[in-house]
Amino acid sequence: MVNFLVNLVNGLSLGSVYAIIALGYTMVYGIAKMLNFAHGDVIMVGAYMSYVALRSLSLPPVVAMLLAMVVCTLLGITIEKAAYKPLRQATSLSVLITAIGVSYFLQNMAQLIWGATPVNFPADFITLPSIELLGGQLIIEGATLITILVGAAVMVGLNLFIGKTKIGKAMRAVSEDRGAAELMGINVNRTISITFAIGSALAAIAGVLLWAKVFKLEPTTGAIPGIKAFTAAVLGGIGSIPGAMLGGILLGIIEIFGRAYVSTALSDAIVFSVLIIVLLVRPTGLLGKPIQEKV
Amino acid sequence: MSEQKLPLLKVKDLHVYYGAIHAIKGISLEVSEGEIVTLIGANGAGKSTTLNTVAGLLKPRQGTIAFAGMPVEGTAASRMVYKGLSLCPEGRRIFQQMTVRDNLLMGGYSRPKEELEDSVDHVFSFFPRLKERERQIAGTLSGGEQQMLAMGRALMSKPKLMMLDEPSMGLAPILVEQIFEIIRSLNHSGTTILLVEQNAQMALSVAHRAYVMETGRITMSGAAADLLHDDNVRKAYLGS
Repeated sequence: MVNFLVNLVNGLSLGSVYAIIALGYTMVYGIAKMLNFAHGDVIMVGAYMSYVALRSLSLPPVVAMLLAMVVCTLLGITIEKAAYKPLRQATSLSVLITAIGVSYFLQNMAQLIWGATPVNFPADFITLPSIELLGGQLIIEGATLITILVGAAVMVGLNLFIGKTKIGKAMRAVSEDRGAAELMGINVNRTISITFAIGSALAAIAGVLLWAKVFKLEPTTGAIPGIKAFTAAVLGGIGSIPGAMLGGILLGIIEIFGRAYVSTALSDAIVFSVLIIVLLVRPTGLLGKPIQEKV
Repeated sequence: MSEQKLPLLKVKDLHVYYGAIHAIKGISLEVSEGEIVTLIGANGAGKSTTLNTVAGLLKPRQGTIAFAGMPVEGTAASRMVYKGLSLCPEGRRIFQQMTVRDNLLMGGYSRPKEELEDSVDHVFSFFPRLKERERQIAGTLSGGEQQMLAMGRALMSKPKLMMLDEPSMGLAPILVEQIFEIIRSLNHSGTTILLVEQNAQMALSVAHRAYVMETGRITMSGAAADLLHDDNVRKAYLGS
C-alpha cells in the first residue's frame, strides 16, 4: 500500500513535468497549427541555463529558474520569428522539417557552447525538506512535492490566463479560425509569438524540474522528455489544453507504475503501447475534438 | 435628397492576383455614407475577392482603396476593424466552440470592454433569436441563426461600413427574407452596407445602387431599381 502511494506520488510528479511540456506542444499546435519538434531542445537549453546559473554563478534555485525562463522565452520568440514565421503560407510538411532542423541546430549550438560531455546537475539543489506521512512510512521528497505544486500552479494559472485575459481569448479565437480572428481585430502574428513565448517559458520550468531528479545533462537530452510530452499531448488530444494536462499526468503515472510493477526496461514500451491503444479507440485523443476540414 | 453624401469607400483601378491568376482586373467602385450598395455576379466573378481585399485579407497588386478619406490598401485586416470597417465573411466563420455571447464579445475585441454590454444588447435588439440562445455553443445553432450570429458579431465593432459576403447562402427562402429585412433595418439605423450576393433579386430590391461583376471586371453599374428591370441583368442573373 505504501509502495503504491510512493509510486503514485512519483508518477504525479513526473506527470506534472510531462504536462508542463505537453502544454507547450499543444498550445503551439492549437494556435500556430504546427508540431514544434524543437520544443524538447528548448527544455534542454532551459536546463543548461539553470545549470550555468546554479553552478557557475551560484544563484539561488528560484533565480536560476527565472533566468532559464527569460532565456527560453526569448529563444522561443526568436525561433518562431526566424524559422517558422516565413513559412506561414507553406505546407505543414515544410514547417515540420524546419522544426526538426531547428532541433538539430539547438543541439549543435549547445554542443558548441557546453561541449558533448555530459555535465552533472548539482544534486539536491532543491533544498526543501522531505515530508513524512503515515507515521514515517511514506516519505515525499521536497523536489517531488515542489514539482507537483509547480505543475498544479502552472495548470491553474494557464487556465485562468486562457479563459479570462484578452490575450487568452485572442488565442482561443486564433486557434479556432485564424482568418475570422483577424477580422475581429486580433493581431495573429503577435498572438502566435506570445504562444511561443509562453510555451518556451513552460519548457524552461520543466527543464529545471526534470533535472532536479535526472542530474545528467547533455545536448541531446531534450529529445526523450520532448517526445514523451508530445505523446502525452496526443494522448490527451493535441490542441486541447485540458487534454495535455490529463495526458501528461496519465503518462507519468503509467511510466512509473510500468517501471515499478512490470519491468524497468519495458516502461517506455508500455507508455507508447498505451498511446497506440488509445488512438485506436479514440483517434482524436482522450479530450480532443474531431478536426473539421474547412472547405 | 439635397444632402451631400460622403464617399466612405472609394476603390480605384484595383488589381488582385492569386499567384499568377489575375482575379480582379481593374475595378473601381464607391460606397457613400448611408447607402446599401450591392455587388452581384456569378460564382467566380471576383466578388468575395473584392471584399477580402478591401477588408485587408488580400493585398492588391495595383490600385487604391480609400476608406473615410484615408488610403488603406495593404493595411492588415486586424487594423481595418479599428478604422471602422467590418466584414461578415462568406461561410459565416463563427467560432463554433464558443458560446453565442463569447462570439459577440469577440466581435467587440477592438473596443473598450466597458462598452460591450450595451453593444450586445444593441445586437439582440436586431436579433432577438440570439438572445434566447445567448449561452448556447455556436456550433449547435441552425444555419440561419449562425448567419445572424455572424452579422451580430460583425456589428459589435460598431462599423461605419459593414461588408456582408453572401449572407443568404444556404438559407431557406423565409430566412433569406428575414436576413434582408434585418439588413434594411441596420441601414435605417445608420450603418452603411456593401453587400455581395448571388441572390440578385433580393440584393437589388434591398440596395440603393449596384455593380455587376463578371470575371474580374465591373460590367454594369447604376441604381439598383434600374438594374432590376434591365433586360441583360434579368437574363443573366434573374433567370427571366
